[in-house]
Amino acid sequence: MDTIILLTLTGLGLAALYFLVASGLSLVFGLADVLNFAHGLFLGVGAYATWWAAGNLPGAGPDGLGFVVAVAFGVAAGTLMAVLVELVLIRPLYSRTIEQVLVTVGLSLAGVALLQATWGADARPFPRPAWTREVTSILGAQVPNGGLLLIVAALLVLGAILAFLRWTRYGLIIRAGVENREMVTALGIDVRKAFTLVFAIGGAAAALAGSLGSVYFGTVSPQQGGSLLIFAFIVVVIGGMGSVVGSAYAAVAVGLLQQFVNYYGTSGLGDICVVALLAVVLLLRPQGIAGKAVTA
Amino acid sequence: MTEPVLTVEDLSVRIAGLHILQGVSFTVAPTGVTVLLGRNGVGKTTTLRAVVGLTPPGGEVRGTVRMGAQSLLAQRTHRLVRGGLGYVPEDRCVFAGLTVAENLRLAERRGSTPAYDRVFALFPELDRRSRQRAGSLSGGQQQMLAIGRVLLNDNRLLLVDEPTKGLAPKVVTEVAEVLERVAESVPVLLVEQNLAVVRRLARDAVVLAAGRVAWAGDAQELLLETALTRSLLGVGSAEGHQPAADHQPAEAAVDQVAARPAGAASAPEDGS
Repeated sequence: MDTIILLTLTGLGLAALYFLVASGLSLVFGLADVLNFAHGLFLGVGAYATWWAAGNLPGAGPDGLGFVVAVAFGVAAGTLMAVLVELVLIRPLYSRTIEQVLVTVGLSLAGVALLQATWGADARPFPRPAWTREVTSILGAQVPNGGLLLIVAALLVLGAILAFLRWTRYGLIIRAGVENREMVTALGIDVRKAFTLVFAIGGAAAALAGSLGSVYFGTVSPQQGGSLLIFAFIVVVIGGMGSVVGSAYAAVAVGLLQQFVNYYGTSGLGDICVVALLAVVLLLRPQGIAGKAVTA
Repeated sequence: MTEPVLTVEDLSVRIAGLHILQGVSFTVAPTGVTVLLGRNGVGKTTTLRAVVGLTPPGGEVRGTVRMGAQSLLAQRTHRLVRGGLGYVPEDRCVFAGLTVAENLRLAERRGSTPAYDRVFALFPELDRRSRQRAGSLSGGQQQMLAIGRVLLNDNRLLLVDEPTKGLAPKVVTEVAEVLERVAESVPVLLVEQNLAVVRRLARDAVVLAAGRVAWAGDAQELLLETALTRSLLGVGSAEGHQPAADHQPAEAAVDQVAARPAGAASAPEDGS
């Protein structure tokens, strides 16, 4: 029983990480039709910016309020990066899918290379508060606090995005734009501002995933964004392009499946099962769990 | 003679290698309804979409389109719409996942008071159903919402694309009544296949064939001339028939009417 609870909660921690990356990816694809392969770079930028801030930024540090400042700095850096990528690289290429893919793939490779050149290819220990290395006993299971932190953060981000989509004017524009972008412009709305905004939201969530994921793993490395991005894409496709709630459900399904199969089966079998789940969803429900509609 | 609200000159549109419009010229009078007619696939919707800047990416648009003194073609759609060009697309295009109230709220603009009174006076049903998802409305109600959304703001010209398409006869009459009332205060450029609706609403008509204007003039005059209507639109009578779906190629029609107006691209006013 302890094992099942532990596996469930660590699986949900993994799901939280996937959701943080996938939610932005899904909104960006749903609204702007952009397959952003550079999304993993936002995660890397967030992680390294947090790591850098904890050691160098005045007021920031590895513990207490200083850690919050360091994470906030990482999130701000990821957001800024995402906005710059949208404005400088993606905006001139809207409705040119192949060029977008080439640019974003190129950027992700160049970004990882730049991180490696600056801070080395090896994983570095990540500064983190002492309590995140400890465990909490839940119904007899010793659950790592880092995983619980991810789950809480993902729930807060999910709530914040849904509230934003439901209650704000820009949220309304994004929900409408995911359904029919052209008609939004035909109502006199500059939908490109909403594109920049979803990139910013996606960048912020991915950067948060970078920071808190590094807390969970205890290290930061240049490749970590890329490997998470593959599973985040799977989550987006299973959840349905443009659906934040769909991404949340799919992230939970993928995280739990991976964790349980990897534990009870052979290590690595969980990843294969996730791909099998993707194939099943694509065959039975190609539009994903929630289809192309933003649910708020 | 009053100045036209919209002037289209030598408009050419090429999409995916197809030369759909080949030098279309016409004007829209500052009052009443001007109807854009023609067989299926002749470029009526392409014309409206070119005017409002919604030609698909990669499409090539040439010519001149002016609303008053303002040149439209170089501007982005949302600016045109904010400048008073209202557009009600074919197939309604309401946001199915949003409620009626949210669909209307999207059309609100900063700095201007939305005319909910005007919209709900025309469509009381929208007020009653404000919390209902637009996707669950009937086709007629969705059309009302699509028109209502545009009427929330003041417009200098409305472009309305096939508002009665796919609707039951009773609902067609309701939509026509609404457009009649709307046209009392704002000029309308209407694409419509239902000739009974055209007869009821249109003052001027522009007929497209083979990517060009084949006839322009008084709409009622056009409908009275059965032979002309048949040759232009492929229908035997103007009494409420919709043109058959399996039309002959549009190019054929233009041959048949080539002799009619030498200045095919003349302003509608010329014929009235």
